[in-house]
Amino acid sequence: MIRLFATHRILLPVVSLAVLLAATFYMQPRAMSYFGVNLLFNLAVPIALATVAQMMIIMVNDIDLSLGAFVSLVACVTATFLHDTPVLGVAILAGLIVAYAGIGALIHRFDLPAIVVTLGMSFVWGGLAVMILPSPGGAAPTWLRSLMTVKPPLLPMAVVAAILIAGLTHLLIMRSGIGTVLRGVGGNATSVVRAGWPVLRLKAGAYGLAGFFGVLSGMALVGLTTAADANIALRYTLLSIAGVILGGGEFVGGRVSAVGAVIGALTLALAASFLSFMRLSPDWQIGAQGAILILVLTARLIFTRRDKEQS
Amino acid sequence: MQSAFQNGTPIVALNHAEKHFGAVRALDGVSLSIAPGECIGLVGHNGAGKSTLVNLINGGLAPTGGSVTFPASGESRALSAGVRSVFQELSLCPNLSVAENLRISHSDLKGAGWRKKARAEIIQSLDAVFPDHGIGADTSVDRLTIAERQMVEIAIGFAPRGRDARLVILDEPTSSLDAGIAQQLLAHIRQFCADGGAVIFISHMMGEIFDVASNIIVMKDGKIVANKPTSQFSRASLVEAMGHVGVKNSKAAVRRQASDFGEEVLKSKDGLTARRGEIIGLAGLAGHGQAEALARLYFSNTSSWRMGKASNMVFVAGDRGRDGVLPLWSILRNMTVSILPQTARRGLVDRDAEKRTAADWKTRIGIRTDDVDNPILSLSGGNQQKVLFARALASHASIIIMDDPMRGVDVGTKQDVYDMIQTEAATGRTFLWYSTETEEVCQCDRVFVFRDGKISAELTGDDITEDRILEASFEMQEASA
Repeated sequence: MIRLFATHRILLPVVSLAVLLAATFYMQPRAMSYFGVNLLFNLAVPIALATVAQMMIIMVNDIDLSLGAFVSLVACVTATFLHDTPVLGVAILAGLIVAYAGIGALIHRFDLPAIVVTLGMSFVWGGLAVMILPSPGGAAPTWLRSLMTVKPPLLPMAVVAAILIAGLTHLLIMRSGIGTVLRGVGGNATSVVRAGWPVLRLKAGAYGLAGFFGVLSGMALVGLTTAADANIALRYTLLSIAGVILGGGEFVGGRVSAVGAVIGALTLALAASFLSFMRLSPDWQIGAQGAILILVLTARLIFTRRDKEQS
Repeated sequence: MQSAFQNGTPIVALNHAEKHFGAVRALDGVSLSIAPGECIGLVGHNGAGKSTLVNLINGGLAPTGGSVTFPASGESRALSAGVRSVFQELSLCPNLSVAENLRISHSDLKGAGWRKKARAEIIQSLDAVFPDHGIGADTSVDRLTIAERQMVEIAIGFAPRGRDARLVILDEPTSSLDAGIAQQLLAHIRQFCADGGAVIFISHMMGEIFDVASNIIVMKDGKIVANKPTSQFSRASLVEAMGHVGVKNSKAAVRRQASDFGEEVLKSKDGLTARRGEIIGLAGLAGHGQAEALARLYFSNTSSWRMGKASNMVFVAGDRGRDGVLPLWSILRNMTVSILPQTARRGLVDRDAEKRTAADWKTRIGIRTDDVDNPILSLSGGNQQKVLFARALASHASIIIMDDPMRGVDVGTKQDVYDMIQTEAATGRTFLWYSTETEEVCQCDRVFVFRDGKISAELTGDDITEDRILEASFEMQEASA
């Protein structure tokens, strides 16, 4: 069994989510319905998108500390410009993606520590967000609102969205040729350079993808909340990192999993609801969430260590 | 086996190619052409210019002077001319599967079914080079053994990858393969050359070189000193051709005898021993475990928790940037960091003692600076190294471990440091000195030669000659043994 868990890294996140889900349904059987599941998970959709964005950065051995501020900025742009003047709104969002790619190129070209650059950028994004929306407000574009509240048959929107996000990013990152090369940059950048790939462009591409998924995350968030605030998604920075790691990813070496990242995000969102169902005081919830994270990571560490000892 | 192709247009031609790194002439005007069907055995001692030559051919470096051309294909880039390299240090992406690693070096694999094609191609290539390899195309590389990774890397080197491989450069390809697998590789190289490919084969196993090479090129000091068919070499003449690096130092100093030294102060599991006052040399080709042996020795005698008691050893780093200098600190602070605990009073740094020590060592070791408060990076490489020596020697440690400390150091500094080491050894300090330069090792009282991570010979007294060290560095038995 140890070998099974060590070779298929995706199993542990799946099992963690299943256990947590079973426990939640046991505590609150009424959650086991179309409506209940949607309620449990719909706020997980923007988190899942942000986690995928973070995964793109971690995939090339960097880390993004500006993601929460960036998603907040996107939310502000969505609730104002995209609602009032759609063309300008789209142009701004596209510009933000290009800016992300540019930051990636800069980090690679001058060999800057991503952690410092993105920490600095988080203040830039945060400042812009406050300038756009000094006080909470704005409105979600109607099409976005209806997209996020759509009621597909059989499965609730949140589950369909999670499956779509996981499937598409899996195709993009794990199956496609360019995704493989991108993961190669994280695994051994030297050998990718020797094989003649333009690593600067690859890295800019990875950051651009992160920007793209960051934009989707902000839009999804506004579609759910119908309004925005300059600080609406600040906690996404750490949630997204935790989601990637929970989903079987590692900080270095290009070891990431698209499906795992989405599952990790769902687990984190579910953990919060589970703790509420347990009637745990909100004061303790963040600590308890951390405890769940540590538990899963400990299990993974034990599996990989045991596997190494055995072989 | 090569005659049929010998008249073909060369795959690669170097015309007076030169490569300088600053003042160092790593490659000093090399002319060479490699025709289809040739298998070149490339030998030479450390720093002879082998890897620089390889990097010029595979496009990793641009020549400072002269030219590198690919006449047979008419291409200007090495990759498109079908030149492949298999490097000694493993260069696979460990997080990807075997087939995905092929994709990294084969950019033409595109479209929906690329995985299937990649799987087929890598398995075909593995089958061709290493029958019965037992490696799955979907296995993640980090789950393979070192030998299997090396096999995959070689297989990727020989794989078609859109255009056929014309010249494959193998740098110590058999270093982690066992004899049987190595034989499979040699057989494949012969077949590959017979079919019109060319190979550059770098190895420390003489048996393999004689076994597979059609020509042997001997390099020394950035030049090609011999380029002849293998049949015109014998083992002895090959060692002879590689030897005699630089000027023969007339050894004025009389060799010290075993009786001149004190009791044994050190004995490691690897078999290294040292007596008080002795200068021990560690020799052999670079990367054969000398630095690791020293690091093991040092770390087993120090503790991350306790200070003081265990620190009868100090370490002089050769890779100054990585584990030597503290780049933001002044010369003085870099020098005195090792003696802080000894001079500190009630946990506070004694600045006067620091200054005295720095001034003392500045004159004793001859650091060329006006002011020891200048930043360390204002010094030349050689003087930075002197600061590191001062740091080690200023401590009370009786055993000094030196990991190739003379890397990139000018001749004048070297002489200063040699004298310093001799003087300090006379006062009863023990030195363990790993050097890639044979000339330096020859100054030691006793020499351990490393090969494949183990000690292959222990030389003493008049046995410490360049020829003996070379002999022990290269595997002389037949590879098929």
